[in-house]
Amino acid sequence: MRIAVAMKPVPDLLQIRMKDRRPVLEDVPVVLGAIDRSALEIAVELKEKTSGHIVVLMAGDGRLEDTVKEALAAGADEALLIRDARLNGADGSLSAHALAAGVRKIGPVDLLLFGEGSTDNYSGQVMSRVSEILGIPQAGYVRDIVVEGETLIVTRSLEDEEEILEIRPPAAFSVLSEIREPRIPSVTAILKARKKPATVLSLDELGVGTGSGAGVETVSTLAPMTGRKGERIPSLEELVRVLRKEAPGGGA
Amino acid sequence: MTEFLAVAWKAGEVPELLGAAGTLGGGDETALLFLGGDEEARQAAARWGALHRIPGIETRLADTGSVAGALAGAQKALFAPVVLLPSTRRGKETAGRLAQILGAGVLTDVHRMERGEGGAICCHRYALGGAAVSVQRIGTAVQVIALDPGSFEAAPERGPGPVNELSVPLPEGSVVLREARPRVRDTVDIAAADCLVAVGLGLDRKEDLALVERLARAVGGEIACSKPVATDRKWLPEDRIIGLSGKKCRPALAVLLGISGQVQFTVGIRDAKTILSVNTDENAAIMTLSDYVFIADLREILPELAGKMDAGPG
Ligand SMILES: Cc1cc2nc3c(=O)[nH]c(=O)nc-3n(C[C@H](O)[C@H](O)[C@H](O)COP(=O)(O)OP(=O)(O)OC[C@H]3O[C@@H](n4cnc5c(N)ncnc54)[C@H](O)[C@@H]3O)c2cc1C
Repeated sequence: MRIAVAMKPVPDLLQIRMKDRRPVLEDVPVVLGAIDRSALEIAVELKEKTSGHIVVLMAGDGRLEDTVKEALAAGADEALLIRDARLNGADGSLSAHALAAGVRKIGPVDLLLFGEGSTDNYSGQVMSRVSEILGIPQAGYVRDIVVEGETLIVTRSLEDEEEILEIRPPAAFSVLSEIREPRIPSVTAILKARKKPATVLSLDELGVGTGSGAGVETVSTLAPMTGRKGERIPSLEELVRVLRKEAPGGGA
Repeated sequence: MTEFLAVAWKAGEVPELLGAAGTLGGGDETALLFLGGDEEARQAAARWGALHRIPGIETRLADTGSVAGALAGAQKALFAPVVLLPSTRRGKETAGRLAQILGAGVLTDVHRMERGEGGAICCHRYALGGAAVSVQRIGTAVQVIALDPGSFEAAPERGPGPVNELSVPLPEGSVVLREARPRVRDTVDIAAADCLVAVGLGLDRKEDLALVERLARAVGGEIACSKPVATDRKWLPEDRIIGLSGKKCRPALAVLLGISGQVQFTVGIRDAKTILSVNTDENAAIMTLSDYVFIADLREILPELAGKMDAGPG
């Protein structure tokens, strides 16, 4: 089975500072999307079961070579990096066109995997858009994938129910983080990853035109006001008193 | 002609969708498309007034491609440029595909909307994992907006009205639904609770949950948790997760036990009136978001705390 895993380069949220309520993104390192790493892990499992091949797709505006190393060390076989200044702050539509073009470039894939949402924006739109562009069936919020002959048996987890779906490849899925625990690559895997191929292409080289972004405009991005005082409670007795005072029912 | 098309999978989603459209001036003329079966549609129309239905779609809901195709047809037939849907998992998944078919921009998890310059709809949603709020506008002629459930005022009933069957093509799909298993849902809705006692990975012995339950009972609170407690450790049901992918809660009191305060969590508790945190780490991010902090090891203090709280005042 040929599997493509789309992994979003995202700023490391733990390192973002706020200045005058505005996020400072300069010099913040770029990491792999947290849930995308779970997508890669199930991909590796399916690859091992079907003697398959995994290509990681990554679209962004910065240097992606270092970030993708971790994915290659965690079991991907090769990477296609789509790097373009136009992808800076791109909305889901442009990213989707870039990734769909990337999938076409790498040739037929049976399975296309995404995280259910990115660590930063969490809008959960790219898998659906890519599926439509490629004209393939999709399933979101997938908790498990099993191969049964020519068919993929997929568990989709919704708020009130779980669906067991039968889907024939090619298909695209977005997975939940709980699908698999991502591995921490070993030192030998990291060394081996250096030899795995990573191709870099621009949007022009992939034939993604300038009309592909579906204009979402950001007016402002501000941290909410907090204004909490963080008062230290000195003792357990005091903790009990505060709990009783603040409990809405008066603390039994 | 109407500006808004509200799309609901379940009757319970209708009041908020209509309410949200109402705040933007979309009154009774907001078109309602209901994706449930015939009988359910009639019941919904009795309360919410005239609605549209696409016959047969209720048997195809698992196939997002086919549903999105039919919705695109409905949007064109009804000429409503702004499609509102619930930001449930189903709604979010459908929104992207629908937007792609319609050449539309899409925003999901929108928790507030208002009119801006020139009547543009300004949508508020969390960004950077919840660390910030972005105000965004969709620039395309057709817009798809998925609304965070529980964030908008419900509209009053406007029924009864007729059920209109739309004849739009329902594209042939290739996703086969083998089985649907209802999930046993929690009877407790933490989003509606007045007091929450939430545990994080800092609570590292499962048996200590019993002590937390005693504490919760003493303060009149419900138990909630951070995501990994439910999804990785599976100690509590997923309905109890607070945060970006869980529930946004606004209790009067939130007691946070062993939770570090990463943004994806805090976005779900930020609106609590009072936050009290217990943590071993005085530099944990949650400290800056708390009204009260108690630096302590849960293993050490929980037995005594539960005992003292049980004993009642005096
Ligand atoms: C897209 C996305 C969506 C997400 N959505 C959510 C969401 O909705 N909700 C959510 O919660 N998370 C969510 N997460 C995960 C989130 O990023 C964090 O991983 C999670 O919130 C951490 O949970 P925690 O605070 O319980 O654990 P940790 O971060 O491990 O914190 C444990 C805390 O316990 C303290 N501690 C340890 N031992 C003790 C002790 N003995 N006594 C007292 N304190 C102790 C530690 O000092 C630490 O502060 C999401 C992540 C992503 C990428």
